[in-house]
Amino acid sequence: MDVLLDGVLALCLPLLAWLVLRTESLSQAVVLFVAFGLLSALGWARLEAPDIALVESAVGTGLTGALLMHTLSWTEETPPDIRARGRRRPWALLAVAASTLMLGWAVLALPADSPGLGPLVEARREESGVKHPVTAVLLNFRGYDTLLEIAVLLVAALGARAVNPRSERPTPDAGDDPLTGELFRMMMPALLLVAGYLVWVGDHGPGGAFQAGAILAGGGVVALLTMRMGPPRLSSWQVRWALLTGPMLFIGVAVAPLFTGRRLLELPRPYAGTLIFVVELALTVTIAMVLLMFFPGTRPPRAGAEGEP
Amino acid sequence: MNPWAVYALSGVAMFSVGLVGLFSHQHVVKRILASNIAGSGVLIVLVALARRAPSGVPDPVPHALVLTGIVVSVSSTALGVALARRMARLRADAARASEPPPGSGGEGP
Repeated sequence: MDVLLDGVLALCLPLLAWLVLRTESLSQAVVLFVAFGLLSALGWARLEAPDIALVESAVGTGLTGALLMHTLSWTEETPPDIRARGRRRPWALLAVAASTLMLGWAVLALPADSPGLGPLVEARREESGVKHPVTAVLLNFRGYDTLLEIAVLLVAALGARAVNPRSERPTPDAGDDPLTGELFRMMMPALLLVAGYLVWVGDHGPGGAFQAGAILAGGGVVALLTMRMGPPRLSSWQVRWALLTGPMLFIGVAVAPLFTGRRLLELPRPYAGTLIFVVELALTVTIAMVLLMFFPGTRPPRAGAEGEP
Repeated sequence: MNPWAVYALSGVAMFSVGLVGLFSHQHVVKRILASNIAGSGVLIVLVALARRAPSGVPDPVPHALVLTGIVVSVSSTALGVALARRMARLRADAARASEPPPGSGGEGP
């Protein structure tokens, strides 16, 4: 039964990917992409990576799908001059088939059992201050990665804002749609609870700042799309604080050991657990704000349609 | 065949599909989708390889790397989407400038 599930899933993923790229309608392609992301989350759960399955379904699929769908409402659905369907080149397909075979052979040629760094992480996990190995790697053993990742997120948010500096104010009267309003009101407490739980559980189970931040951002995106709130503006102090608390706190925690003769990012052992929790809490706020900043405001009125004088 | 090998081969196939899409499509949104798919394929290979541990407990280091990878790919998608939006806006502005409709003299949408 397990073999059947794994086989079908492994077959469906490339097939769906191919369908995404083959479909001529862009909105259909985005919907298929979301389905693809959810199926790959299932694959990650099957590969015993629950953290990744959570992040994939929240960030990789949920927010990316919403972002792409939102973009389609800005750009034209089917542009007349560019065909959304790819061109066919036989030699290119041949080259890709050859490279696929080679990569597949390389993967199969790897030794079938390799412990990797697992035993090493297991041996030093007590010292990291948290019980969950993935959190220990993310925020203690390989803290550099997470620190630089936050920098990447910030740069991407600033870049996205720099490219589209004009964010439109939402029209104030659009907020009283009874359906979305009620949905939002019912959803928000649950979202806050789940986000708080995910930060807390990151200490000893699958969860953490990214999952929690993505869920908070999801609530924000619903608020944004139902026009209960305008897109966050860089000029406001609250937004700037939310963007900077995570990185600043993390840099502070990373640099502080240098003053006591330790190395960068070497967390002192008795406080490591508390420090990791505080950093994760601050990172959650920053990640939620950055992900929210990726979303532009409402679409400007289409050119030519009811143009105001 | 081992379960990890099945997923690793699936990841390789996804990467190839994404690569073909990246080079054969002209539309920006399709290209963004293709790069996301190729990225997902690479990440699946990484996580599948982490499953090879004989003890049965997967290696947490690739898991952490993949978490970082997903967030970075979302950032690149968001930046690509912002550029696509900018392009659409510039194109609309250019189209409006070339044939001015009566009455609309504003430059911003």
